[in-house]
Amino acid sequence: MLLDSLFNGVAIGSVLLVSALGLAIVFGLMGVINLAHGELMMLGAYTTYVTQLIFKLPLLKPYYNGYVIVSIFFAFIVSGVVGILLEKTVIRKLYGSPLETLLATWGVSLILQQFVRSVPLAYGTGVVISLLIGLILPSVFSSKVKESINFKYVKFSSWIFAALAGVLSGNLISSSVSKLSRASARNVDVTAPAWMRGQVEILGTAFPKTRLMIIIITLISVIAITLFLNQSVWGMRIRAVTQNREMSDCLGISTEKVDVLTFGIGSGLAGVAGVAVSLLGSVGPNVGGNYIVGCFMVVVLGGVGNLLGTIFASFGIGIMTDLIGAGRLLSIWPDMPLPLFNTINFFATTSMARVMIFALIVIFLQFKPTGLFPQKGRMVES
Amino acid sequence: MEFKSLKLSKKTTFIIWVFIIAFIIAAPSILPVFRLNLLGRYLSLAIVALGVDLIWGFTGLLSLGQGIFFALGGYCAAMYLQITSSSEFPNNIPEFFGLYGVDNLPFFWEPFRSPIFSLFAIWVIPALVAGILGFLVFRNRIKGVYFSILTQAALLVFFNFFNGQQKLINGTNGLKTDVTQLFGQMVGSESIQRMFFWFTALLVIAAWFFSKWVVKGRFGNILIGIRDDEPRVRFTGYNPVLFKTIIFSIAGGLAGISGALYTVQSGIVSPQFMTVPFSIEMVIWVAVGGRGTLLGAILGAVFINYAKSLVSEALPASWMFIQGGLFILVVTALPEGVLGWVQGEGPRNLLQRLGLKRKIETYPSLEIKNETEVLKNE
Repeated sequence: MLLDSLFNGVAIGSVLLVSALGLAIVFGLMGVINLAHGELMMLGAYTTYVTQLIFKLPLLKPYYNGYVIVSIFFAFIVSGVVGILLEKTVIRKLYGSPLETLLATWGVSLILQQFVRSVPLAYGTGVVISLLIGLILPSVFSSKVKESINFKYVKFSSWIFAALAGVLSGNLISSSVSKLSRASARNVDVTAPAWMRGQVEILGTAFPKTRLMIIIITLISVIAITLFLNQSVWGMRIRAVTQNREMSDCLGISTEKVDVLTFGIGSGLAGVAGVAVSLLGSVGPNVGGNYIVGCFMVVVLGGVGNLLGTIFASFGIGIMTDLIGAGRLLSIWPDMPLPLFNTINFFATTSMARVMIFALIVIFLQFKPTGLFPQKGRMVES
Repeated sequence: MEFKSLKLSKKTTFIIWVFIIAFIIAAPSILPVFRLNLLGRYLSLAIVALGVDLIWGFTGLLSLGQGIFFALGGYCAAMYLQITSSSEFPNNIPEFFGLYGVDNLPFFWEPFRSPIFSLFAIWVIPALVAGILGFLVFRNRIKGVYFSILTQAALLVFFNFFNGQQKLINGTNGLKTDVTQLFGQMVGSESIQRMFFWFTALLVIAAWFFSKWVVKGRFGNILIGIRDDEPRVRFTGYNPVLFKTIIFSIAGGLAGISGALYTVQSGIVSPQFMTVPFSIEMVIWVAVGGRGTLLGAILGAVFINYAKSLVSEALPASWMFIQGGLFILVVTALPEGVLGWVQGEGPRNLLQRLGLKRKIETYPSLEIKNETEVLKNE
């Protein structure tokens, strides 16, 4: 019983965690809340769907069972590339004015939503492929080429090549997978492969395998990002810029590169979250909106600059959601006084649990305004 | 950002006012009923936009949750209309209660039997809710992006709450007003709607003058001070919490009035008023019109909504792209908005660039951003 509740809470929390992770890292570094984060998740979810359909082709059919694993990488790349594009075109210009960034990213989210509605997924894939090639191709040339004056022509021609490749791959996909060749605003469903369906029995309680898979995905993402931030050179640079941007800049860290990298990773993590979300329910243009506010709550509760805060906040919110929303308290303590019973019963639905949790967070903020693990400092503006 | 109003002579101002008033009086006879209704609705949205301008344009608080107060005002108005016209239904309560087996009016709706109470409730309740919410948040010096996402979370929470409570407020179906009675006539009828149109126009003008009065003088200066450098305001001995709470509450009250007017003209209030996109749209009206210019908020609200309805009628799918592009464009290319651009250096710069006007020579050192400004922006 208690185990069951704990598992459910952890499952909800891990979805929150994997989706809020990217948001929290970007917010910590740049002070920017990306309202398009939910739509980057949506892109990840659609990537899973596209990957699934491509793996149904005769050529890849034998490997169908592994498509979820592959789609995690694809989703990371797709959302990451879109994120990098977003940073390079919009967010960089608005650096230093977080409120304006909020509005601009909302605009981006509207465009992305309408994009998946009115552009066939096959061509959408083509666009992403051409973006990928266009962003990567110029950087593979030797430094000699890069330093030459004519490098902009090289860049330009590589973009033309990228666009061609995008169109070709879009056509290829749309001719081979008929489901992807037409635009549709309808929700699509990702079906988990056979080995992920059903339940696992641990200690006498049955756990759905998809939930376990999500917990594993979350675990891997968190470990990977922690290792990256703490062990790699670029991770160290990211942490340095998060702590003190001006000082890092003075010490020769290219804050511009750090920004792009962090934003790319944060967006990529949103894509991974999208894979997790696609396993839970149907995928539609609005799927991101269902999760984004949960992410905000996590960021507000967890504070910035510390992954531990994000982790605690996600699981805290997850477990509380389950405790309140499923009315667990009622079954744990059956003979509670009637007024209390009525109050708890009133909040015992998923949507009302959100109301309760928001109230709890606002109360919590009265005591700890900067979240669970605030960044230490003596700045006036923090 | 400096505020320069266009220098108009008294005579021009007078003529413009005459035109505006003449148009408002004549509008019901010029415009078809459908367009008139739309115009009336958009004018009521201009009032909520004024509130957004007060808190965002002048005080620097970007609230993404004005929909809460907008809907609260709408619900107050709709509930009053429903209750007064419920005499033919069982138990003298609005019809929908019967569907969920509620026999008595919930106690908190009881005061809404009185028209005077309802008239006050429309703006006092949203203002109170805004004041309480604002106080709890501002007290802890939560600001900037944190404030924005908290308001958005609050919005979603209210949406969930209103969506789920069938027995109290008819949940997701909302409250209809167009078949209710007012002064012995249907609210949806043409004559009452015409009255509402004039009333709305009047209130927009009143709200505009009220907002102008609020931002004038010392109070307004402190608001602008909070926007530009809050710690400095605090160190000078003012308590920003108080000012922020007051202005947030005023904006909430304006949103409530706006919501009530919008409800009676659109014929229904529902939790759809509390969706996330709608509240962010309010911000974009102000951003396009020109934040910090109250007139810009009004014009932005009316024109963008009109454009929205025209574009959506012609090309339904493209509005999202246009709107998304508008968000990006206005914050990157036109941060002061259209009116701010016109009133500021915009036209001169454009003329200079076209070579139609001579460039003003200044000391080169003045052209370089000074150090403090750069630091502040980061």
